[in-house]
Amino acid sequence: MMIFKLAIRNILGAGLRTWLNVIVLSLAFVTIILSIGINQGLVTQISTSMIKSEIGSGQYWQANYDPYDPFSLQDAHAVIPGDIEDLIEQKKAVPVLLTQGTIYPQGRIMPVFLKGIPAEQAVLQMPSAALGTGDEELPALVGARMAKSAALNLGDTVTLRWRDKNGTFDAKDAVIVHIMNTTVGTIDNMQVWLPLTKLQEMMGLPGEASLVIVDENIETVPEVSGWDFKDQDFLLKDFRELIKTRAIARSIFYVLLLFVAVIAIFDTQFLSIFERRKEIGTLISLGMTKAKVIQLFTLEGALHGFLAALVGAAYGIPLINYLARRGIDLPQSSDSFGLALGHTLYPTYSTMLVLSITVFILIVVTIVSYLPTRNISKLNPTDALRGRL
Amino acid sequence: MQDSQLIETQNLVKKFPMGRETLVALDNISLSFSKGEFSGIIGPSGSGKTTFLNIIGTLDVPSEGNVNVLGAQVENLSHKEAAQLRNRHIGFIFQTFNLLPVYTVFENVEFPLLLQGVPVDKRKQAVMDALDWVGLADRAKSRPNQLSGGESQRVAIARAIVKKPSLILADEPTANLDAENSHNVLQTMVQLNQELEATFIFSTHDEKVIQYLRRKISLIDGKVVKDEAMDLVAQPS
Repeated sequence: MMIFKLAIRNILGAGLRTWLNVIVLSLAFVTIILSIGINQGLVTQISTSMIKSEIGSGQYWQANYDPYDPFSLQDAHAVIPGDIEDLIEQKKAVPVLLTQGTIYPQGRIMPVFLKGIPAEQAVLQMPSAALGTGDEELPALVGARMAKSAALNLGDTVTLRWRDKNGTFDAKDAVIVHIMNTTVGTIDNMQVWLPLTKLQEMMGLPGEASLVIVDENIETVPEVSGWDFKDQDFLLKDFRELIKTRAIARSIFYVLLLFVAVIAIFDTQFLSIFERRKEIGTLISLGMTKAKVIQLFTLEGALHGFLAALVGAAYGIPLINYLARRGIDLPQSSDSFGLALGHTLYPTYSTMLVLSITVFILIVVTIVSYLPTRNISKLNPTDALRGRL
Repeated sequence: MQDSQLIETQNLVKKFPMGRETLVALDNISLSFSKGEFSGIIGPSGSGKTTFLNIIGTLDVPSEGNVNVLGAQVENLSHKEAAQLRNRHIGFIFQTFNLLPVYTVFENVEFPLLLQGVPVDKRKQAVMDALDWVGLADRAKSRPNQLSGGESQRVAIARAIVKKPSLILADEPTANLDAENSHNVLQTMVQLNQELEATFIFSTHDEKVIQYLRRKISLIDGKVVKDEAMDLVAQPS
């Protein structure tokens, strides 16, 4: 307790130098927590959007379906088996039929994926209901990115061309009945959504689908012959790999930031021991043991960390709260990142996150504070009293 | 060692390595000091005065010989035991005052008692008493950089006496003071020596100090060349 009191006295007595260190360290605290919160928000926001709009709790893929192989796509369809049909009837799954096609917006040719989805589905968060409300012969739903790239507007008619199950080309005009705003680029870019029954009819594949998306709240699904169930982990794997790659770059940034902060502490400690060697000699002459002097100096350094945590909390908590509530506006160009990010990013913070980062930084600061103090144990008190090391 | 003796050195030798050479700072010194003495080790710079004070103050150890301070053999003390002995029984007064710069006068004087774990009430009383003795009770809240040299040295004296030590070691205590402050400080020490019965041992070559001493031990090149008791009447009042 005595050492603690002395350490408090010493660092408060050091005045400006203490506060400069504390401010630099508090910036490191807040920036690291803020940055991790932004990243967590990004991961949560993107994966939630993908789960709600595209992935669900997983997808049954027809055995030939491979999203990375355009040549097999034409054969990636089959009649929906009974077990999966049951899930669909219980509104726990939604079938999607998929084929490649071409559209001809304003005389241009544009390759697209034609996707059939039941208008009445409620498994995915997308405005498929728009496909079932009008009296158009072939209503079509596109995303805002797709509409922009194809220069399509609401009510426009666009010619679709596709090949049916026999490989025969066919064409038909579709009317754009809705343009959806979605953060998930993979249900928007190069996608034209049609009513499932219409696409089945156009392709001569009644009752067939390429994949079936299971509701996000369904935890267990039956195994079905000829259809492979791909769970969330599998479907989010690419995204998570991407995040992991970014995490390395972020970690380097955190390490640099923390390094700058702790180097200030190290420097202060080192200089402190050099400048205060006479004081160290005095403390020893007054009856303090070297071990106690080392404790005192280490604690002084560590207290910079505690003060920085307090100062950081004073301005960091309101800032973090504000950003978590208000979100961070992203530039329009964020659409081109290829991530389901939207235009506002909401950082997410947990108490555990804040506590663990705080404890980690405090441990680092304490270790860094201790390292220079080891010189004290080698110090001869009579030399120290004369101001020598 | 007799009961009245606080310190006894027998054949004390202190050597320092200086490159390939060895410097003999103290050469075969045998001295004893009794309770209540007001003595001084006098001699020119480099004669070994401070080294002698450091050893009897348990800040250093002899290379050879025996040193008994307040019943403890200095050469056998552990680092912790030496620290305890200094903390409880030995007060130091330095040439450059060595006040802790971020502490107030009160906190500087309080420091040895904090190390001893003295309760807060007793501590406060003892600090104010010590500051009263040196006439600085009204400067308790000042910082060292707000004090004159004479005031700083009086704070250092208060810090040395606050724990009522048996032994006070003063290393060139007037070297940074003018004549008037030197006399004030020395008169304070004489008074404390009489009131507290603490043993004062000075290291000095300052004539102003020497005229106050009741015993002068002259040291040249690490050897005692003269050890003389002074006539009390000769002391300045």
